[in-house]
Amino acid sequence: MSMAAEERSARAPWALTAPALMLFVGVLLIPLAMTVMLSFHDWGQYKGIEPVFILKNWHEIATDPYYAEMFWRTFRIAILTTLLTALLGAPEAYILNRMSGRWKSFFLLVILGPLLISVVARTLGWALLFGGNNGLVNKLLMSLGVMRYPIPFMFTETGMVVALAHVMMPFMVLSVWAALQRLDPQIENAAMSLGAGPATIIRRIIVPQIMPGVLSGAIIVFSLSASAFATPAIIGGRRLKVAATLAYDEFLNTLNWPLGAAVATLLLVALVLIVVGSNALIERRYAEVFR
Amino acid sequence: MSRNGPLALIFHTIFVIVMVAPILVVCLVAFTPEGFLSLPTNGFSLRWFRTIANYPEFIHAFWVSLGLGALSSFVALLFAVPAALAIARYRFRGRDALAALFLSPLMIPHVVLGIAFLRFFTSAGLGGSFAALIIAHVIIVFPFALRLTLAAATGMDRTVEMAAVSLGAGGWTLFRRVTLPLILPGVISGWALAFIQSFDDLTMTVFLAAPGTETLPVRMFLYIQDNIDPLVTSVSACVIAITMTALILLDRFYGLDRVLAGKGDAGR
Repeated sequence: MSMAAEERSARAPWALTAPALMLFVGVLLIPLAMTVMLSFHDWGQYKGIEPVFILKNWHEIATDPYYAEMFWRTFRIAILTTLLTALLGAPEAYILNRMSGRWKSFFLLVILGPLLISVVARTLGWALLFGGNNGLVNKLLMSLGVMRYPIPFMFTETGMVVALAHVMMPFMVLSVWAALQRLDPQIENAAMSLGAGPATIIRRIIVPQIMPGVLSGAIIVFSLSASAFATPAIIGGRRLKVAATLAYDEFLNTLNWPLGAAVATLLLVALVLIVVGSNALIERRYAEVFR
Repeated sequence: MSRNGPLALIFHTIFVIVMVAPILVVCLVAFTPEGFLSLPTNGFSLRWFRTIANYPEFIHAFWVSLGLGALSSFVALLFAVPAALAIARYRFRGRDALAALFLSPLMIPHVVLGIAFLRFFTSAGLGGSFAALIIAHVIIVFPFALRLTLAAATGMDRTVEMAAVSLGAGGWTLFRRVTLPLILPGVISGWALAFIQSFDDLTMTVFLAAPGTETLPVRMFLYIQDNIDPLVTSVSACVIAITMTALILLDRFYGLDRVLAGKGDAGR
């Protein structure tokens, strides 16, 4: 290669990525930095936003128990949603994987398709199913004898977890499904020929091998649930706030932007730390799987 | 042949029913002849679909969503295609960091993006404008556009390009006549997936939309906040039908499994 061509090929990738890079710096990194700065600004009912540097908002979040409770609720809902999707989604992915070709692709489409359907429409469906104490879900559960009294789903954390788990389920099934594709079916047959029963095979062969898939699915579900907006807003109503709906309120109702920015910044930092931290843990624990 | 036992099949049946139930109930209630929310027990009626016509804000919001999705996905591709070609073909310093930056909108909660863009565009004097919505949507759909284009560019047969170069093609001609046609299926699928993401986004858009630039999910959300009646179910049923049609087209064109596999990594 001539000197000129070599120089050109060294510059080419930068020339090709420069427009996108400028776009991302200009309208992603700068707005994010402005939001972090905003969280240190002052705000008053009559004076509006004052561009000074104070820790007022952070102090308020750190000391007012309302915020601790709200963040704890946000993460509690995210954890329960993650557990629910893992407990139901992982077995379902395993069952799907054992189906014959045509059924497999049909049901995969049925389960993953909702991923692309509007979250508002899906949550509306749950609001209709829950609908007060004589909603369909309560009627069904009582007629099956699962419970004797109706339990409230609308405007409760239970309802939020159920609806969120439904919204997030495709991510878990997809993630476990991907792990199952890497699994060698011969190992299962080998275990069987050595006399292992179905329970032993699942516990000793299948579960350890799909665990990385379950965990990476769990990270996706957790981070999306902790920052979910539509489902908590519709099912939770105006009183039961999570981080995303509280930030929305501060920005569009109370108009205390600096405080809302502080809530959003804290949510972002917490999620990035949790996601990066658990990714690192999983990759170290299952280094051999990812190699 | 199914190797699942009866217990597994019962579990599977319940699972599928629960997955489909909320979507099905929305579509069923949409056909109710009554003036309140109920399953259509006394026959089906298109009453609530006709009522949509009396709410021009829903129709307007639909056109806003359509234009926004189409335009922002197209603009995202203008930036994503060159970037994908660079990342697929060159090993250069900062390549991984750049790819991570370009995929980062997947990791940042949309509520945070909404706040950041609201702050940014308000100070830039673009608050509530359609232009602001386009730019914000370009950022959130960019990872999807990039991913599918990247997959196509990585899997492309480079020998065809070399042949074109040896025949004297260069620069723009090479891209337009050889490279682009070869990666086109990936580019179109990237556009379609980006469009769906844009069309479906509520969390970020709800911060940016003003009356007049409200998208369909935002209009539906604001409506549901006040009251849930059969009208939102018929609007939702229309949205579901449109999405299904897009899904079927996408499946024909590219294979839905590949598209969904790309989406499944969101958040990583």
